[in-house]
Formats: sequence, C-alpha cells, structure tokens
Amino acid sequence: MHESQVKIYTEDLNLFYGDNHAIKNIDIQVQENKVTALIGPSGCGKSTFLKTLNRMNDLIPYVKITGEVYLDNLNSYNDYDIVELRKRIGMVFQKPNPFPMSIYDNIAYGPRTHGIKDKAVLDEIVEKSLQSAALWVEVKDRLKQNAFGLSGGQQQRLCIARVLAVEPEVVLMDEPTSALDPLATLKIEDLVQVLKNNYTIIIVTHNMQQAGRISDHTAFFLNGEIVEYGATEEIFTVPRDKRTEDYITGRFG
Amino acid sequence: MNREHREKIYRVILFASALIALLVIIMIGGFIFGEGMPIFTKYGLDKVLLGSKWQPSNHIYGLWPMIIGSIYTTMGALILGVPLGVLTAIFLAEVAPKRLVDLVIRPAIELLAGIPSVVYGLFGMVIIVPAIRALASTIPAYAEDPLLSSGYGIIAGSIILSIMILPTIISISEDAIRSVPAEYKEGSLALGATHWQTISKVMLPAASSGIIAAVVLGMGRAIGETMAIIMVAGNAPIVPDSIFSSVRSLTGNIAIEMAYSSGEHTKALFATGIVLFILIMIVNSFALWISKRGLKNA
Ligand SMILES: Nc1ncnc2c1ncn2[C@@H]1O[C@H](COP(=O)(O)OP(=O)(O)OP(=O)(O)O)[C@@H](O)[C@H]1O
Ligand SMILES: [Mg+2]
Repeated sequence: MHESQVKIYTEDLNLFYGDNHAIKNIDIQVQENKVTALIGPSGCGKSTFLKTLNRMNDLIPYVKITGEVYLDNLNSYNDYDIVELRKRIGMVFQKPNPFPMSIYDNIAYGPRTHGIKDKAVLDEIVEKSLQSAALWVEVKDRLKQNAFGLSGGQQQRLCIARVLAVEPEVVLMDEPTSALDPLATLKIEDLVQVLKNNYTIIIVTHNMQQAGRISDHTAFFLNGEIVEYGATEEIFTVPRDKRTEDYITGRFG
Repeated sequence: MNREHREKIYRVILFASALIALLVIIMIGGFIFGEGMPIFTKYGLDKVLLGSKWQPSNHIYGLWPMIIGSIYTTMGALILGVPLGVLTAIFLAEVAPKRLVDLVIRPAIELLAGIPSVVYGLFGMVIIVPAIRALASTIPAYAEDPLLSSGYGIIAGSIILSIMILPTIISISEDAIRSVPAEYKEGSLALGATHWQTISKVMLPAASSGIIAAVVLGMGRAIGETMAIIMVAGNAPIVPDSIFSSVRSLTGNIAIEMAYSSGEHTKALFATGIVLFILIMIVNSFALWISKRGLKNA
C-alpha cells in the first residue's frame, strides 16, 4: 500500500460503550482516492469504527474513546472543529434518510447551513451534486417535489448527492445498498467507482461480492479488532488469516 | 357462552359507552342552544354578536366586549406562552440531561398542570396585578382611569393564561420533537450542521404539525379557562382600547352573572355559552385536523 497518499489513519484506537469494548486497538491507514471496504460479521464494530471517523459517536454520552484518529495528519479530535471535520468527511447511512423537504432543499441544505445564500450558486451546486450522484436526469423536472416521493434507490443517491453538495474529501458509507434492490445496488456501485476519482471512500458492506467488485482495500473486522487489512484482491484470493478465509468463504457463524 | 358470543357482548358494551359520551355532549349542546337561541332570534344575530354594549338591566345584550376579551387574553397568552413553551420543549428534548428532566423538570411541569385554577388566580392577584398596577401608574394618561390603572386587565389575564397553558404546550411539543426520527438529526449533523441549525432547520419543521396541535390545544384551554381569568382580568364588559384595560371573558360573563340573573338575562348568558361552545368546537376540530394531517405526512 504505497501507491498513494494516506488520507486517514488511526493509532491504537479504542471505543467503549460504557463497559462494552466495541473497537479494540485499531491501527489502520486509509489511502486517498481509493475505496476501502470494511467487512465482518454483525456486531463486530464496523459502524462504530466508521462513526469514530466523523465523530458521530460524540452524540452518545456514555461513549469513551482512547487513541488517535488523523485526517490529513491532523488530529480529528483535537485539531479540528467538529463542524469542519464533518464537512470534510461526509456520511451516507444504511437507511436512506432524506429530510422531509423538497429534493432541491435536501441538496441545498448543507451549503445553506455553511452560509451560501446566493440562489444561482445554490442552483449550480444542486445540479452538479445531482449529476455526480447520477440522479440529475431522473429528478431535474421535479426538484420542488418532496424527496419522499423518490424510490429507495433514488433516495439513497439523493443522500449521496446531499453529501457531495458539501464538497467533502472523504465519504463514509455504512451499508448503503442493504435496503436496495439489485438494480439500485448496481447503480450505487457504479457511482462509487466514479466517485473514487475525487473522493476517498470507506464503505461498510455485508456483501462479499460487492466488496470484491468495488474496493481497492479491504479490512476484515472481528469482535472489534481488525484481523486482516490489505489489497482487496489479496484478501479475497490469498487471505493470510484462517478466520478471514472462513468469513469470506461463508464458513463463519 | 362461546367466544364469538362474548366478543359480540364486548362490542356492544364499548359501543354503548361511546354512545353515552356522545349523547351527553348532544344533550349539553342542545340544552345550551335551546336556552340561548331565543336571544339571537329576538335581538338579531348581528346585534348580539357585534353589539358592544352589555347592559342586561336595559335589555341590551351585546356580546362583542366578551368575545374580544376572550380573544385578546387568549392571543396574549399565546404570544407569551408559545415561544416559552416551545423553547422549553426543545430544551427538554434536546439539551437538558435526561436525569434532570425525568427527576425534576417533568414532575414540576406535571405539578403545574395539576394546580387548581383558583390558585393561579390568587397568584395573579397577589403578584402580577400589583406589578402591572405599578407600571400603569407611571403612565400619566392611565393613572386617573380606574379601568386602566387597576392592574386588573388584559396583561394580567394573558400572563396568567400563558402560565396555565405552558404544561400543554411543553408536553405536546416535546413529544412532537422527540418523535422526529433520529435519522434526520444524524443526517443533518453528519453534513456539518450545528446542533442548533439541526433543531431549527430540520427537527422543528418535521415536528411542526405536533407543535401546531400543541398551540391549538393550549388555545382551547385558554379560551375555556374561567376562575383564574375572572380573578385577574377586571371583568368590565367593555371593548378595551389598551392592553392595560379591564376586560371580561365569555366564560367570566357566564360565571359572574349566572347566580343572580333571571329571565331573559339568563337566556343571554346561555347565548354567551353558545358562542363559547362554537369557538371551542372550531379550535378543537382545527387541532384534530392538524394532528391527522401530521400523521399522514409522517
Ligand atoms: N449506541 C450504542 N450503544 C451501546 N452499544 C452499542 C451502540 N451501537 C453499537 N453498540 C455495540 O457495539 C458493538 C458494535 O456494534 P456496531 O454497530 O459497530 O457493529 P456492526 O459491525 O456495524 O454490526 P452490523 O453489521 O450489524 O451493522 C455491538 O456489540 C453493539 O451492540
Ligand atoms: Mg453496522
């Protein structure tokens, strides 16, 4: 893993939900403009780890975190304002979560909260973001309609567009296709392939084929630890750890 | 007895209970309308509703002063109570530590809801009215007029009513805010919005139908309140021209005069009841409509 720059890395990262030691001694380096997949059985801490990166865990009062997270060599928890950090690290959730407002307002929400008021600028951002999320053609004539009128797959692409509108550098995706049908899933996968040219993407998935298809690197989580992390090809063809092999071949509990 | 049979009996009992409730409402309504309508037919709908003089001894039964009195004090209560109530609801749902809310604030609000209205009235007479009287005495134009300088009037009524509707507004708004899906909040915060931006731009709009329902229910409570408003509003049956002015509410009109009225005067008080009844019905069906609409949108 030397071919590109490190965008995010962690040092001895641990997280506790009260007494529950949910992620343990994580040291990982995430490469810029690559797709990194996080795989592992349910409850192993993938989502929790993802949320340490944009500090969404800060919302939970009984969470305790030790160790360090760095974005562009600056400490995420000490050197960044939390708003600034979340602007730079966008997040797409498992269940599409558009706001109960129009398609346009959903996309414009982020830029507006960050102080952009000019209608023309907002229009441009909305169009560009929807185009990047491969949704523009489908919705350009109904921008003023409520976002809930979109299909699940469209809603998820809307959520991706909403994230892109803030111009982040990193996009976190937590099982973004688990609520979608195969066709919508393929659309999102294609989209991820395109987006990685401009963004660093970290994606949690339960779908091994998906991880194999779209990611450059894969980290296998188990019981809060990273068992194995490396190039996706290697993980899927010649895993070094027996547990990794068991998991990806489906021989796992 | 087989099960089917039992089910049938339960259904009949439930239906009968609902029917009794409905009948009681119809009876009360019918009674009030029956007693009060003659006034409207005899003196004319417009004369009674819009007449600005209430002089039962001269057979003049204009209800406009009381209609205005109820509307002004209710509006005043909303102007004061809604912002305070909604902000408190936001504080409880989003800011205050859960333990503090559960152990101290929520019980306190429930207590507030349980205080008898005569106690609110006493509080108003002893604390609020003197304060307003002191304020009015600094306004030269008002100092000589007993209807403007007594401290009893629209302001005192509005303040007391605003306190009395707080529990309704707070608890229903808080429920509405709490039932906004967590995904909205997370989505907004993850975009780099601040907590306050998230509350004001995403959560409050999403909770708006519940908050409006809270306001409307508070409004119903304020219109219907009787004892406390009598004790602080001054009760002069005049159309007020200042917020310091003494006013009489529709409820007050009935409660104050019923005991000694007779004949046509009594019927005019029932007519007051009709107006009150219709006003409350409008407000309540509005609340119902809002909350139904909220369910559909969610
Ligand atoms: N908000 C929370 N409060 C307390 N414990 C939590 C919370 N969220 C997650 N956990 C616990 O932390 C551990 C890791 O959960 P996490 O959601 O990160 O797993 P995951 O790998 O994302 O699982 P899945 O694949 O099912 O989404 C689990 O034991 C879970 O019960
Ligand atoms: Mg998860």
